[in-house]
Amino acid sequence: MRRRDDEWTVLMRSANAGDEAAYRRLLRSVAPVLRAAAYRGLARAGQPVDQAEDIVQEILLAVHLKRQTWDATAPFAPWLFAIARNKLIDALRRRGSRVFINIDDFSETMAAPAAAETLTSAEIASHLDGLPQRQRDVLRSIAVESASIKETAARLSMSEGAVRVALHRGLASLAGKLRES
Amino acid sequence: METDRLIEALAADAEIRQPRIGTTLTWALLLALPVSAVLFMLVLGVRSDVRTAMHNPFFDLKFLVTLALAFSAIAVSLHLARPEASFNRWSWLLAIPAAMVGLGIVAEMMMPHERPWLTRLIGNNAMSCMMSIPLFSAPVLVAALLALRRGAPARPELAGAVAGLLAAGLGATLYAAHCADDSPLFVAVWYSIAVAIVAGVGAIAGRHMLRY
Repeated sequence: MRRRDDEWTVLMRSANAGDEAAYRRLLRSVAPVLRAAAYRGLARAGQPVDQAEDIVQEILLAVHLKRQTWDATAPFAPWLFAIARNKLIDALRRRGSRVFINIDDFSETMAAPAAAETLTSAEIASHLDGLPQRQRDVLRSIAVESASIKETAARLSMSEGAVRVALHRGLASLAGKLRES
Repeated sequence: METDRLIEALAADAEIRQPRIGTTLTWALLLALPVSAVLFMLVLGVRSDVRTAMHNPFFDLKFLVTLALAFSAIAVSLHLARPEASFNRWSWLLAIPAAMVGLGIVAEMMMPHERPWLTRLIGNNAMSCMMSIPLFSAPVLVAALLALRRGAPARPELAGAVAGLLAAGLGATLYAAHCADDSPLFVAVWYSIAVAIVAGVGAIAGRHMLRY
C-alpha cells in the first residue's frame, strides 16, 4: 500500500511537470482502485453496481480538472481519495441514496474486481451531444475514435493548438454537465 | 465511452497547465480592490480629520483588525480550496482578529473616558457601517469566488463563508478610513454584524458556485 501510494506521488509529480506517459500510467493505475470503491459504494447504498463506471469516469475527470490543487510536497493518495469520496457521495445522492461513506472504502481497497470485458459508461457519452460542436467533434475524435491530437487536427482542419484548447474546454464542459445532471 | 479512452483524452490534455490557485486569487483581488476603492471614494471618501485620527491608536487598531481578518481568511481560503483539507487545522487563524478586538476593548476600558461605554458602543455610524461594509466587499467577494472556482473544496458553503470573511476584511479596511467611530466596542458589534452578513452571502453563493 505504501509503495503504491509512493509510486502514485512520483507519477503525479512527473505528470505535473508535463510527462504525458507518466500521467497515463497514473490514471490507469488509479482507475481499478476507484472502480472497486465505486462498486462497494453502490452496493452498500443498494444501487445497481453496473453504474460504477459512470462514477469512475466522473472521478477521473474531476482529478484531471482539479489537479492544480494538489500540493506536490504532499502524498497523492489522500488528495485522490478526497476527490473520489466527494464525487461518489455526489453520484449516490443524485441517484437518491442517503449516503454514509467510510474513509476505509478507499484506503483499504486492494485491487479492482477484474472485469474481462472493456468497461464503458453511457453517462459521459450521453452528454457529448450537448456540447458546442467544436468541442464535441474533438472529444469524439480523441476519446471515441482513438485519434491522436495530430490526426484530429488534420481531420477537422484545425491547428493542433486549437484542438488542444477545444479538448480542454470540452472536458471542462463535460464535468459541468455531469455536475448539473 | 470506454474508461481507457477517456484516460487517453485526459492524457492528451496533460499539457494545458492551470496556474496555482494562490496566483489566481492574487490576481482576482488585485483586480477587484481598485473597484472597491473607487466605489468607496465615490460613496463615502476618507474622513476629513484623518491626519489627527492617525495619532489615535484605536483608529489604527481598526486597520490592524480588518487586515488581520483579510489575511487570515486568505490563508484559510487557499487551504480550503484543497479537497483533502480539514478546517480545524487552520481555523485558529480566524481567531486572531477577534483576539485583537478583545485586547483593544480591554485597553480602552482601562483608560479614562468622557463618554460612557454604551455611548461609544452605539456610536453614530452603526447603520452606515452595516450597509457600507457589504457594499465595498461585494466586488472582492465576486472576484474571490470566481477565483476559488478553480479549487476543489470538500465543503463549498464553508469555503464560500471564508471567502466572505476575506472580502469583508478588505471592505471593512476601506470603510474604517471613513468611519469616525474608533472605539473597539463599536468595531466588535457593528463591524462584526457587517462581516457576518458578507460571510452569510458568501456561504450561500459558495454552495452553488464552489461545488466541483
